Amino acid sequence: MDPCSLSHADLALHTSGGRGRRPSRLAQRVWSTGPVLVLFLPPAALLFTVLVVLPILQAGRYSFFDWSGYGLPTRFVGWRNFELIWRYPAFRQALFNNLLIIIVSLGIQLPMALGLASLVAGRIRGALTFRMIFFLPYILADVAAGLIWRFMFDGDYGLAAAIAHALGLPAPYVLADPDWAMVAILVVIVWKYFGFHMMLFIAGLQGIDEALLDAAAIDGASRLQRFRHITLPLLVPTIRLSVFFSVIGSLQLFDMIMPLTKGGPADSTQTLVTFLYTFGIMRMRVGFGSAVGVVLFAICVIFAFSYKRLAFRDA
Amino acid sequence: MRRINVTPMDVRLGRRPLLVAAALAALGRRALITPAHAAETMVRWLHLEVNPQILKIWNDAAAEFHAQHADTDVKLQFLENEAFKAKLPTLLQSPDAPSMFYSWGGGVMRAQIETGALRPVQMDDAWKARLNPAALSAFTHDGKVWGASHQMALMDIYYNKVLFKKAGVVAEQIRSWDDLLAAVRTLKAAGVTPIAVGGGDKWPIMHWWAYLVVRVGGRQALDDAKAGKNGGFNGAAFVEAGRLLKQLADLKPFQQGYLGATFPDMLGAFGDGRGAMILSFAGTYARQAHAAADGKGIAHDDLGLFAFPGVAGGKGQPTDTMGGINAWLVSRNAPPQTDAFLNLLTSLKYQTATAASGIYLPSVPAANSAITDTLLQQPAAELAKSTYHQNYFDQDLGPDVGRVLNDQTTALAAGTISPEGLAKQVEDAWTLAR
Repeated sequence: MDPCSLSHADLALHTSGGRGRRPSRLAQRVWSTGPVLVLFLPPAALLFTVLVVLPILQAGRYSFFDWSGYGLPTRFVGWRNFELIWRYPAFRQALFNNLLIIIVSLGIQLPMALGLASLVAGRIRGALTFRMIFFLPYILADVAAGLIWRFMFDGDYGLAAAIAHALGLPAPYVLADPDWAMVAILVVIVWKYFGFHMMLFIAGLQGIDEALLDAAAIDGASRLQRFRHITLPLLVPTIRLSVFFSVIGSLQLFDMIMPLTKGGPADSTQTLVTFLYTFGIMRMRVGFGSAVGVVLFAICVIFAFSYKRLAFRDA
Repeated sequence: MRRINVTPMDVRLGRRPLLVAAALAALGRRALITPAHAAETMVRWLHLEVNPQILKIWNDAAAEFHAQHADTDVKLQFLENEAFKAKLPTLLQSPDAPSMFYSWGGGVMRAQIETGALRPVQMDDAWKARLNPAALSAFTHDGKVWGASHQMALMDIYYNKVLFKKAGVVAEQIRSWDDLLAAVRTLKAAGVTPIAVGGGDKWPIMHWWAYLVVRVGGRQALDDAKAGKNGGFNGAAFVEAGRLLKQLADLKPFQQGYLGATFPDMLGAFGDGRGAMILSFAGTYARQAHAAADGKGIAHDDLGLFAFPGVAGGKGQPTDTMGGINAWLVSRNAPPQTDAFLNLLTSLKYQTATAASGIYLPSVPAANSAITDTLLQQPAAELAKSTYHQNYFDQDLGPDVGRVLNDQTTALAAGTISPEGLAKQVEDAWTLAR
């Protein structure tokens, strides 16, 4: 799925060998890589086939059956599972939420990560400490982060309650409020992942040649102009990567939602994967769940390949 | 390039220890397994119990059985609740299927029976006569007994005597639904939150509706709906139950943030005094104490319970009850010794030990005399004279329709769906699942 590694592999294949010496190079290549292929490819190919390709194909097959998971799938229902998916308001909510997460990731998280990265990338005092602090949430397991924030948002004994009581306000129950629960989850997502994107940007910033910025400074460019005309264009590959991770992360989001809200209240915080889990697996409708999985898979594939074409064209 | 040429050598060198290890492992497996196969039968027992008291009783039973049948070993295997539900379908269809495993009965059991994953329990008349009739019938399907019931649960309304006294509500006077609504109004007027529920887990709200269905429609309501009679789940009893629950919800009786609260949150709210009543099962005293903020919750003497109120003009008897019934189901290829062990496990001796632990109600009524806790004696007595015991609706209807029911009853309490809309959603889900 990682377009970077794909394009590098393509690159390596295309540039190998001049036309004239090709046969001998090819022979040498086969001779040198042949044993490696024979030894290393079968286990990897077998594992990939058994653990990735077969389940995908199986899910594709099950998605046409009404099947509880017991016995063999026998009740063929054609496209009914796929038609049913669209009839669920919870599915439309899940799609909307996934989109919302992407928008917030790009509109709030990315600028925040970039801004903080430019602050702590330089060699100023305490930069390293702040980098560590900002990166810390990312190290936490999603489930642990979810549990911590469930306590923070708790209206009875949580931090939210303590703050509200200190201010003399009634305690909010954000996770129990269909209008606010998703906002609360977005807060946790940004809190958890901006540090990771910040690290990406720090790496990107450190790859920029200081001389370019110095030259611009000598030419009289202001700080803002230097950022806008030198730093930002040179960071574009990093931004593409950050966007890619945000989108894939949104499509995969599951283990943070479960401890926080389980997709509730009133399905207001479902994502595609929590929808698959609650409406497919928990209800023992493996066929229906597979159909949701197929839709999710299609979305991922379409995104991954079109994004590779659009954003990594020149990479 | 050089690196690549070298690699196969490394692998060739590294492979020898691997082969030796594999050979040793194969030998080891054989050495361990062969005698066990030759000498003994293994009854594999898959459960999800974590309470050490109960586990001790079970281990004692396994040890006694092994003492009686030296060639048979009973082995307990544990899976956590959610993992159990997720893995069981795969496990039952594999050669590693457990001989006997935990069940809530209802729709999941029917699916297991229909696909041939189970075999009936070889139950003689003495064994059948020992069991609570409701516990026996809940696991009877097509005239055969598929499960050996070992414990039961009963839902009652538990209340905080201190809060009731503060508001001037007398629990003994709550006989009908209207009495309950009046009590809710009185409690609210006294500044007490009347009811705690767990809207995040949803099923705690569903049980309120389900009990109302049992009271309004009587024992036939659910069976008729499942058979598609009287308009199925669109029938009058189901809509009326929704209307009654809406009457309650309109009074705003639930604790703050109830839509996000889990079952433990609900118990915690009750234990902390942030809710005067809960609809819960036997064992509530220990559970609320554990969930309360101070770890103690409501004192034993301050906790009371009463039967779910009746409904004026309803077909159900006040003595009809609702609650869970659990049994051990036997998988298709289980050894015949499994049945003999189940007979021992559900014998009066071990049922008495279960009853004495004060955690579950026994499925053998004769064991009730061992219950010493007053808070358990009352539900045990209700269960003993129960005119009809209804299994939890979400278990009875199966995981699919059951969860639709949980979703929609919670939506009704939250005011986002009408009683008719709730009934229609359940009927649609039921029709679709057929």
